[in-house]
Amino acid sequence: MTGIMTGVMCSNLIKRYGDVVAVDRLSFEVARGECFGLLGPNGAGKTTTIEILEGLLEPDAGDVQILGLTWRGHDGELRQRIGVQLQETQLADKLTVEETLRLFRSFYHRGRTIDELLRLVELESKRRSWVGRLSGGQRQRLAVACALAGEPDLLFLDEPTTGLDPQSRRQLWHLLAEFRSQGGTILLTTHYMDEAETLCDRVAIVDHGRVIAEGSPRELIATLGAPRVVTHQGTLEDVFVALTGRHLREE
Amino acid sequence: MTTPIDRGGSWHPLVELALARLREFAREPEAIFWAFIFPILMSVALAIAFPGGGSKPAIVGIEPGDDANGIHEALEHAPGVTVRDLAPGTEARALREGEVHLLVVPTSPPTYRFDPAREESRVARLLVDDALKHAAGRPDPWSAREDPVQVPGSRYVDWLIPGIVGLNIMGTSMWGIGFSIVQARMRKLLKRLVASPMHKREYLLAQVGGRLILLAPEAGVPLLFGVFVLGLPIRGSLMTTSIVCLVGALAFGGVGLLLASRARTFEAISGLMNMTMVPMWVLSGVFFSSSNFPQAVQPLIQALPLTALIDALRAVVLDGVGLAAVSRELAVLAGWGLGGFALALRIFRWT
Repeated sequence: MTGIMTGVMCSNLIKRYGDVVAVDRLSFEVARGECFGLLGPNGAGKTTTIEILEGLLEPDAGDVQILGLTWRGHDGELRQRIGVQLQETQLADKLTVEETLRLFRSFYHRGRTIDELLRLVELESKRRSWVGRLSGGQRQRLAVACALAGEPDLLFLDEPTTGLDPQSRRQLWHLLAEFRSQGGTILLTTHYMDEAETLCDRVAIVDHGRVIAEGSPRELIATLGAPRVVTHQGTLEDVFVALTGRHLREE
Repeated sequence: MTTPIDRGGSWHPLVELALARLREFAREPEAIFWAFIFPILMSVALAIAFPGGGSKPAIVGIEPGDDANGIHEALEHAPGVTVRDLAPGTEARALREGEVHLLVVPTSPPTYRFDPAREESRVARLLVDDALKHAAGRPDPWSAREDPVQVPGSRYVDWLIPGIVGLNIMGTSMWGIGFSIVQARMRKLLKRLVASPMHKREYLLAQVGGRLILLAPEAGVPLLFGVFVLGLPIRGSLMTTSIVCLVGALAFGGVGLLLASRARTFEAISGLMNMTMVPMWVLSGVFFSSSNFPQAVQPLIQALPLTALIDALRAVVLDGVGLAAVSRELAVLAGWGLGGFALALRIFRWT
């Protein structure tokens, strides 16, 4: 699976911060059209990994290919073809939703119109609202709209629904499903099991900077064997506990 | 030639970035205050400090004594002299603090107590001496006819206004650019922008370019106030004046970018800004001529962007020279602007 069919490929990525090894020989591949999840607790190295793949961080070692290309030498082309939502970005509070989208759209050589984007993320009624006055869910949808402005082939999402209420999460999931249905590839990080089960074709469970398990959610749950309690459907949470002896939210 | 670029109705990124910068500025009430109201307040303060026409009277205090009343009477109607009544015991302090320019001690003949190093005190001595001798019966051999002339452009305030304009251009350019960049960095907005296909160079250019539109009011308000309220003559062409202001703003835009290129907190950028600007407030001749500093440091002072801007502004506004005559100053400013921009682009911290 190389070249044209590869969405994301990384092998033996290493990233150290001083003595701390944030990413430790991490490898995986994402096919075109696939939704792939990096799953793990806070501090597992998910954000560092995704920022290396987004070309924002330089790894200490390892190879990265995005859409069959390396970052070195293809920065301009790749940036036109990917969409990025970062975990902590706060867009300018005093610009309106429409102005923010116009700004991001101006960077891309092709893509959707502002009206299409607003419709897509259901923010038409907020078109003239300042970003600072949006709810958390609306802000996150705007962030995704900015990522979708250039009609990307590949979307990177770093904890897209952290801190959102259930309805906002479902709204966002719906939006991502629509992107997938048009052939888009998604790489996302999350520490929500249900999110990974709902959205992802395959997940890699990451702990201490390494992939400790990889497969479809169903495969991973199947490794648990028969559910021990009849009413309890196995979840990825159980997989994580079985693999590490810890719960995902434990620090 | 590749496929034509479709921006989906957006302007060129440079324009959108500059517009975003301007919109954020216009929606920040504090920023408006510093850019527009502050120079007006400063100019009003100047107008009060340097009222047009007339000269300030000599203010004189009289120590208590037998003949104090006679002296008081003689000085009360003397031209150019104002007698200030002082509470007994406070005379020495009033003189020290400049509340009165001269104290008359009613001895016979009277004693003048004053600081000869102070110009207004020496003037007060002449006026008081003349008035008292006249009151004592000294005849005037003749009295001269006076022909008071006010030469616009030669007053201190005329000299000061270009300095204030330069100061304002420096302050607003540097603070405006510095704070907005550091804020965008703190909010990880810069990181988000470089994750998109935005060109870094265009972002930095837009930060400087967005400010240039604000230059017209920032430099114009104090200049117009000077012209219409204080009677400042603008002898150079308006075009030349504008070009000097523009090049000055570009210079400080470059310096502002450079200072903001690494700073991660408001504390850091404030420190850098003050460290850069305060020495220029002192050295660059805003309030008093920079020629007062020793010859040895003059090359350094002449190389400062604020010195170059203020010298060029004074030459154009007060002496009416053309661009050619201020080419050295413009070159210094362009050097700061281009150098600052190029270096900032290299060392800028985006993530």
